Amino acid sequence: MECLTRMGDGTPVKMTKEQIKAEIEAGTKDAAHRAHVPELNSNEIEYLMEIVSDPSRIVSVVPGKEAVVTHDVGPLKVMADQSNSGVSIPCSREQAMCIYERAFASDTTELGHIDYSFKPVKPIITQEQSVLQNVNLITTIPVFYGAMPNLGLYYAPDGPFVEPIALIKEGKMSEAKVNMEKAAHQFVEDLEYITTRLYAVGLDGLNIDTTAAAGDADFWGTLMAVEKLKKSCPYLSIEMGMAGEFIFGFHTELEYDGTRLAGLFPHQQVKLAEKAGVDIFGPVVNTKPSKAFAWNVSRAVTMVKQCVKDSKIPIHVNMGMGVGGIPMYETPPIDAVTRANKAMVEIAGVDGL
Amino acid sequence: MPIAHEIAGGMGGLRTAGDLVARMEMLKYRLDEGKNYVAKKLGTSTMDLRDEFTMRKLREKLGIGTITGVPMIGRGIEAKVKIAEVLGIRINSVERLKDLMKV
Repeated sequence: MECLTRMGDGTPVKMTKEQIKAEIEAGTKDAAHRAHVPELNSNEIEYLMEIVSDPSRIVSVVPGKEAVVTHDVGPLKVMADQSNSGVSIPCSREQAMCIYERAFASDTTELGHIDYSFKPVKPIITQEQSVLQNVNLITTIPVFYGAMPNLGLYYAPDGPFVEPIALIKEGKMSEAKVNMEKAAHQFVEDLEYITTRLYAVGLDGLNIDTTAAAGDADFWGTLMAVEKLKKSCPYLSIEMGMAGEFIFGFHTELEYDGTRLAGLFPHQQVKLAEKAGVDIFGPVVNTKPSKAFAWNVSRAVTMVKQCVKDSKIPIHVNMGMGVGGIPMYETPPIDAVTRANKAMVEIAGVDGL
Repeated sequence: MPIAHEIAGGMGGLRTAGDLVARMEMLKYRLDEGKNYVAKKLGTSTMDLRDEFTMRKLREKLGIGTITGVPMIGRGIEAKVKIAEVLGIRINSVERLKDLMKV
């Protein structure tokens, strides 16, 4: 019997249960090989196959297994454009956050700048403080402030430091490393400037999204920033969401707590995040669009399961477009979204999404 | 997509006790620990925490915010003051309000 399923790019395909199972087995093997983690066991593989091949359009977790959902970008998905995955409904950020709270029944919500990186927030911090004060009065659910470290903005032409890739191409590796380190230190300073001012007007939580998008220096800067913020904002909850399943080594020699950052996978990344003081960790596993949805979700669940096991803090796996087994498509099909959701909660055992 | 996630595996926010368990996870409680803590504080079971039928009445009774706009029932900062009291936790915006109210 054939089942309707998807490819990693969202294309609908039909597969037999045997084909789905083969994809799941291949996906978990790939994850185990790359990240050096155990494969899913036979019971987990069978259960995942049942989830993927379920004939219903949407599936959901069994009662009692519900998990917490945190968000990146948040209200920008309501009032911003496509570049923020938004639907361009004309309304304010405050109104959009109320929509999240009362129409979408979100567990948490998030305030963020339209230009969703930390560097652009610094010059408009008073505006963000003002909106946060409004939001704190009218919302009941926890409010995070979210943005991306996006270390690339600190390099020329957008920032003051020399672009490291340009230096690397010229063979100037030492100079490239110096500029990466300087950019990371400037980010630490900027994040403290921004966060202390938001904390002063009652911020519940900070979401540092797509950490390590610019490689190991990006991750290094974020870990140092979290360590500092835990001293200057002692009652602030910090969520660290990652950008990719392993840390790109552009610098290659940066370490935190004696551990080299380049090449770390989620179950290794979380230990450093814990050490820095992170309260909620959001691992990422990248979707391969050319592979089957079953392959991708199996691979993602395998890596995240080990992360959950090794962590002492809550794990909120990233499950947006193209990560966590979700197809890489602008409007991810909800049959795939709900199946990946159920698999992550019930097999990987995540504390949230 | 956020709606799909909330329906498939989310706790349900103000419809149930999702925001309350979220606050515990923000304090590093794992999911089951957070549910157990909130259930104990609310005097209910962890299965009831995800049940709209039970939680709607309980939230109104405790004044910790409801999903629908019921006049006179605390919402926003009013509800958060009660949440902090009921759960025995610190909420930063509530602490700021208390600081501003000091004479």
